[in-house]
Amino acid sequence: MRRRLLAIVRKEFTHIFRDWRTLLIIILMPILMIVLYGYAITLDMRNIAFGVIDDARTPESRALVEAFTENGFFKPLGREVNRQEIEQLFMRRDALMVIVIPREFSRELQPGKRARVQLLIDASDSNVGTFVSNYAEQVLQLYNRRLNGSIPLLYDIAPRIFYNPDMNSTYFFVPGLVALILMLISALLTSIAITREKETGTLEQILVSPVHSREIILGKVFPYILLGLMNAAIILISARLLFNVPMRGSLLLLGMLSLVYVFVALSFGLMISTVAKTQLVAMFMTLMATILPTIMLSGFIFPVSSMPEPLQYLARILPATYFLIIIRGIMLKGVGLAELWPDSLILTGLGFFLVVIAIRRFRMRLE
Amino acid sequence: MDALISVEHFSKSYGSQKAVQDLSFEIRGGELFGLIGPDGAGKTTTMRTLVTLLRPDSGTMHVQGFDVSKDIRNIRSITGYMPQRFSLYPDLSVDQNLRFFADLFAVPKKELAARLERLYHFSRLQPFANRLAGRLSGGMKQKLALSCTLIHNPVLLVLDEPTTGVDPVSRNEFWNILRELRAQGVTIIVSTPYMDEALFCDRIVIMHEGRALAQGTPAALIEQMQLPMYALRDSDVVMRFAVIEQTPGVVSVQTFGDTLHITAEIGTDEASLTRSIAAALGHDVVLEPIAPSLEDVFISLIEKETRHAT
Repeated sequence: MRRRLLAIVRKEFTHIFRDWRTLLIIILMPILMIVLYGYAITLDMRNIAFGVIDDARTPESRALVEAFTENGFFKPLGREVNRQEIEQLFMRRDALMVIVIPREFSRELQPGKRARVQLLIDASDSNVGTFVSNYAEQVLQLYNRRLNGSIPLLYDIAPRIFYNPDMNSTYFFVPGLVALILMLISALLTSIAITREKETGTLEQILVSPVHSREIILGKVFPYILLGLMNAAIILISARLLFNVPMRGSLLLLGMLSLVYVFVALSFGLMISTVAKTQLVAMFMTLMATILPTIMLSGFIFPVSSMPEPLQYLARILPATYFLIIIRGIMLKGVGLAELWPDSLILTGLGFFLVVIAIRRFRMRLE
Repeated sequence: MDALISVEHFSKSYGSQKAVQDLSFEIRGGELFGLIGPDGAGKTTTMRTLVTLLRPDSGTMHVQGFDVSKDIRNIRSITGYMPQRFSLYPDLSVDQNLRFFADLFAVPKKELAARLERLYHFSRLQPFANRLAGRLSGGMKQKLALSCTLIHNPVLLVLDEPTTGVDPVSRNEFWNILRELRAQGVTIIVSTPYMDEALFCDRIVIMHEGRALAQGTPAALIEQMQLPMYALRDSDVVMRFAVIEQTPGVVSVQTFGDTLHITAEIGTDEASLTRSIAAALGHDVVLEPIAPSLEDVFISLIEKETRHAT
């Protein structure tokens, strides 16, 4: 048993290192993916273009416009806007917001009076509309407080935001990306590992030896665990260097649980490999079964708790759901095994379950 | 001596397509046995079932008393199988491939060196030990594949068309190796579409479209058929073989360069056949009796079979 297993492990390593092109792809693909997705997927808005119709033309009105531009969230259009073209601005997407400051703005800024400012917002994308409206309101509040700093408020809410005080959505997404990319690449690696041998006919040759299915399956898992772990390291390092994602918890714990997660993904790939007839089919099945569920259902973007109940059940069998809790917990909150043991246990269980399925599904004959 | 392999009423279909129907044969230990037939005859299906890669639909197969549908691992550890397609790892070296299969078959480590030396000796692959298998020539690939199937000293060697697509010199060398192995007591089953190679076998079964047409030693098969065959050496009539084919008493006509080989019906005498052909062609001919080859036997068997079918 040990000897045949070792022989297969050694053979797989030889394949991996002989084929340096594939090895290069395995190393570069995660970096490419994290750069692409990391910069593209963000819920933070910056440089929101806005137009100004300033009928007041006073120092106060200019101070208000400045208040919008000073923090980088908003970016002025840089030219005069008149009332007739507002709708056109929205239609051409030149601006998402227009501020209208009435002629009597400065006069109304006196004590006892109320100054009125109109905000027109394009909410064709409702999410964006909400963001713009919220940001704008905060800017106005800030401006208000600057003018009336001395007026005491009846009550004051002082939120204290934990773990991600700037509410930087990158910190939320990058750990999710790590989970997505690790799952995708690991599963792809093994999904073609057996189908390739089916296609080249080498499987027929090794099947006619006294080899066991568990030796073939485990012999394929072990070398790729190392590769997957290397991948995890590359992704985590690039996440840290490129996006400054904090690392508050134990790196060792994260490494160990990443290993478990990689094992789950590899076993999943092997399970597909036992079913699919060709490499192409295997790759397609893997892409379908990993990317979409991981993005939509694991909590990568949408919280699991806000999903309809049937989808929540589905989310509960996804390995990424558990790994997301783990990796966000460790990186952002600095939690340890004391809090994460249930998720870690389920993840480990999933891995063993999948590898057993793969072994049992593996056909020792050609039919 | 008891049969090492016994195949009884073996049938196998893929969906509605019948690959092998009611095939039976026995092979004694130490025999060099040939499965002879063109593509689609069912040779590969029979061999794959014999090495437990496929399950028989009906009928039984036993190797050294082990049932191919039950005792998979027992059969696999005493058998060496070489698929039709080159199935070693092209990105592993000759030496790595050999050692990999030695590990799979749990060849005792103490014996490994001696076995490798012996295999390198007969295959003459020693100078190429570090070459990647994918970079070997066709003949060398076949010898490496054979070496890998021999690494565990199998009792039975199953070779699926080992010489198809191999140059004539390497083919000859390959058959010499097989004869040497038989001399050492290894039982060998080999399949081939080439009739000239069938002559190298101790016994053969001739297969066509999933059925066994005949079996026995090549010499006995030729003799049994008692085919009256004649050569007609006349370059002028070669183009008119269709006319001769229509002549009563003629079963089939084959062209070999400027010679026609005419197979007559059993019981037809030479004189009357000469007269009929001369009448059909409109001039005198000289027929020369010849001994049929295995190929002639095969062709006449197929013709008999198709006539039965229609």
